[in-house]
Amino acid sequence: MTGMRYVGQRVVRREDPRLVTGHGTYVDDLPARDALHVAFVRSNVARGRIVHLDTAAALEVPGVVAALTAADLNGLVREEWLDYEGPPGPGPRREFRLLADGDVRFVGEPVVMVLAESRYAAEDGAELVDLEVDPQPPVVRMEDAVAPGAPLVHPHRSSNVAGRITPPEDPELDAVFASAAHVVTETFDQHRYTCVPLETRGILASWDPFRAQMQVWVSTQGPHGVRTQLARVLGLGEHQVRVVMPDVGGGFGQKMFLVPEEIGVPLASRLVGRPVKWIEDRRENLMSGQHAREDRVSVSFAVDGEGRILGARADFLENVGAFPAGGASSIGFSSAVFPGPYRIPRYRATARAVYTNTTGRCSYRGPWMVETVAREQMMDRVAAELGMDPLELRRRNVVRGGDLPYTTAAGLTYDQVTAAETLDQAADIAGYDAFRDRQAQLRAEGRLVGIGISLFTEPSGIARGTLSTEAATVRVGFNGKVEVVTSSASHGQSLETTIAQVVADELGVDLDDVMVVQGDTATSPYGPGTGGSRSAVLSSGAARTASRRVRDKIVQIAAHRLEAAPEDLEVSAGRVSVAGTPVAGVTFAELARTAYAAPETLPPGEEAGLEASARYSPSSPFTWSNACHICTCEVDPTTGEVTLDRYVVSEDCGVMINPNVVEGQIAGGVVQGIGGVLYEQMLYDGDGNPLTTTFVDYLLPTTTEVPMIEYGHIETPAPTNEGGHKGLGEGGAIGAPPAVINAVNDALAPCGVRLTAQPLGPAQIIAALETASAPAGERSH
Amino acid sequence: MADTTVGCTVNGVARRSTVEARRTLADFLREDCGLTGTHLGCEHGVCGACTVLVDGEAVRSCLMFAVQAEGCEITTVEGLTSPDGTLSPLQAAFREEHGLQCGFCTPGFIVSATAFLRDRPHPSEQEIREALSGNLCRCTGYQGIIKAVASVAAEGRG
Repeated sequence: MTGMRYVGQRVVRREDPRLVTGHGTYVDDLPARDALHVAFVRSNVARGRIVHLDTAAALEVPGVVAALTAADLNGLVREEWLDYEGPPGPGPRREFRLLADGDVRFVGEPVVMVLAESRYAAEDGAELVDLEVDPQPPVVRMEDAVAPGAPLVHPHRSSNVAGRITPPEDPELDAVFASAAHVVTETFDQHRYTCVPLETRGILASWDPFRAQMQVWVSTQGPHGVRTQLARVLGLGEHQVRVVMPDVGGGFGQKMFLVPEEIGVPLASRLVGRPVKWIEDRRENLMSGQHAREDRVSVSFAVDGEGRILGARADFLENVGAFPAGGASSIGFSSAVFPGPYRIPRYRATARAVYTNTTGRCSYRGPWMVETVAREQMMDRVAAELGMDPLELRRRNVVRGGDLPYTTAAGLTYDQVTAAETLDQAADIAGYDAFRDRQAQLRAEGRLVGIGISLFTEPSGIARGTLSTEAATVRVGFNGKVEVVTSSASHGQSLETTIAQVVADELGVDLDDVMVVQGDTATSPYGPGTGGSRSAVLSSGAARTASRRVRDKIVQIAAHRLEAAPEDLEVSAGRVSVAGTPVAGVTFAELARTAYAAPETLPPGEEAGLEASARYSPSSPFTWSNACHICTCEVDPTTGEVTLDRYVVSEDCGVMINPNVVEGQIAGGVVQGIGGVLYEQMLYDGDGNPLTTTFVDYLLPTTTEVPMIEYGHIETPAPTNEGGHKGLGEGGAIGAPPAVINAVNDALAPCGVRLTAQPLGPAQIIAALETASAPAGERSH
Repeated sequence: MADTTVGCTVNGVARRSTVEARRTLADFLREDCGLTGTHLGCEHGVCGACTVLVDGEAVRSCLMFAVQAEGCEITTVEGLTSPDGTLSPLQAAFREEHGLQCGFCTPGFIVSATAFLRDRPHPSEQEIREALSGNLCRCTGYQGIIKAVASVAAEGRG
């Protein structure tokens, strides 16, 4: 009855007018009258015993109101666990403490929370706190964490192993390896880099003793998760905690869960009886706002004479720092997703996550992505071993349409993926064969040019456990306009636009007549938050289902009023009319007034009002999207600089709601991946001191480094949800790193160089080239 | 900390305030003037989110003290929009080209690009890239930002 008018269109965003004019409202922009401002005193030692702590001088500073320590705050935490973790059980728990107590376990760990009338005064006070720590040898590198006799990061634990996966031995796999024509083994290292949202963390909390309510405004990816967690921390009912997520300046995983500093803010507000506000500064964000990546993966492939992969083994080692965020350890997911888009008949993975005296790990856009980073480098490694082109090796092993549904050796089932199609499309757009011809000419001239491929499947629309559902309420107001209240909210994902597109089409109204409301636990239904590439599948699914319920109601009421059969009605631009006789019609406004104010005139049995709610879960815990990235580069052998020339992404995210948003999500992720490989690195020295706590040291890509990205879209509807959508919010950051690494290694191949660790900055490339060009006897290994 | 009087014009409005000598121009604009469109992304002069125009020049307001703006004319992102709410050509182009996602860096980019296009109305793409390389964005991969500035330049709307 209604054609799609908005879904699939490059609709400009509803969010933009306020954001391009400086009228967005981020947490630091909120009025905070009477608020106290927070500055933290942090440990400058990675591991050691606190031998002296004196806050007296800080309290002398004009404007300083309090200097809270572990003795003041830690005991106020009633319960600390996350929805998805569930209540504490008998097993080991995620390590947590609010402020350092007795000892320190990483540089940047908060020790004292200074509260003052202004941030300036708070920092003055923090500077005068006398903190003395007796340093002890820290564990910094993950290999040191599992070395015999390693110091314990957490003294009450028996080892530094935070998590372990050890499946039974697999004699059949051993037999596959024993008889394979080729066995290729390699170890890949991924360095530490992280999310770096342009807006740092921030929280404002205000305890109202007269209403017995804690109100919180926080830069987060999900207000409901914050509410349920804080209710437990504070010992309040969740109805006593209201969390508002205002405009949020990016998260990328880092803002999925609260850090101890944020939890301290509402506790302090209740303690001192004043609103309390903390805005993390950039140094804090880079030093202790949590880090990501840092993995080592050892891989073996058994391959037959024609390049068909017969079996694989992988061993994952992951650094989770001292106090990882909830869900930050990805070894379960990484090891499960590793077989990727290839037919690998047999596979076994082992894994360990280890604590170190470094900043805790957090989720970062595709937290499990090291599997793609390692596997796609391995594909190139195997191709080189066999003397085969990497594109051809992938073509021989890729899961094809005829294989579907395909269950990987790790037990995950692809109902609908187009890995082979995206591989071909990306190769076509990139002009792969022509590039190889040109590369041969350029190599003959001594130029170092390369091409890199990355092919992967993305487990989007994650719908398991507490992530299972999202909800929406759609209501037609008294004047006929539409409001959609969503459970999860956008922090850059454009949901105010895309959800409105879906609802406008489902209801048959103009886009301008739909308003999306989000981000306030007082008005929105429960939802776990924006993460796991879930919004296109789950949030739009909830909005679509609720819209259909409202629309059914509209049609029933209109049919009664127009004395027509429901199936003869058309809905368009907020008006219902009889097909073929458009003058016989009724507007949404007239129907709404009937529904709210004249219930006696409704069809028999029809409930008054014109709104509906829906809670939605797709038909599968994963909605698989897939993509292929191909990029080309040139390496300057004199400076070691890598220049990316072309960057092609072919992806299948099912039915696109808004191609601008799809391409924007891809581009953002790709450039984060490029930055991760070429420029960004969180560095620690041997004593556990972070060395990259400013943007002068932690280098983000800028306009002068990024190529213009070329897109190919393959749209095969997902079978898991009515809209046919697949999520792709994380894929850019998953696929880009190995594409860039493979391109650089391809460029360096004539020099006999293959780099298996990143970043691939000028220093690393020059060092590798110098090692390679040295006479064999002088090479150091 | 000694207080000092500062007088300046902000978005066409004359202001006189008493501030701590160490108060940054960014904090003065955000807290004393209530102009929160100027954002603080690093407070050490790299990210460019706090960029404002001081006597027409693009300046990082986190690296300037308010008292250094004595007698200056300051324009923030709020001052680029017409009083009736009509977007400036660059503001409109950022929307058209999907040049923003979370929007936190956007005011700084738009202020920087405004000064750039005023001085160089017909830049090449490479010149646009170099002019914007002092601003960081973490969401867009810069694709829509470069296109937005290029589209305004191509239409001579800067």
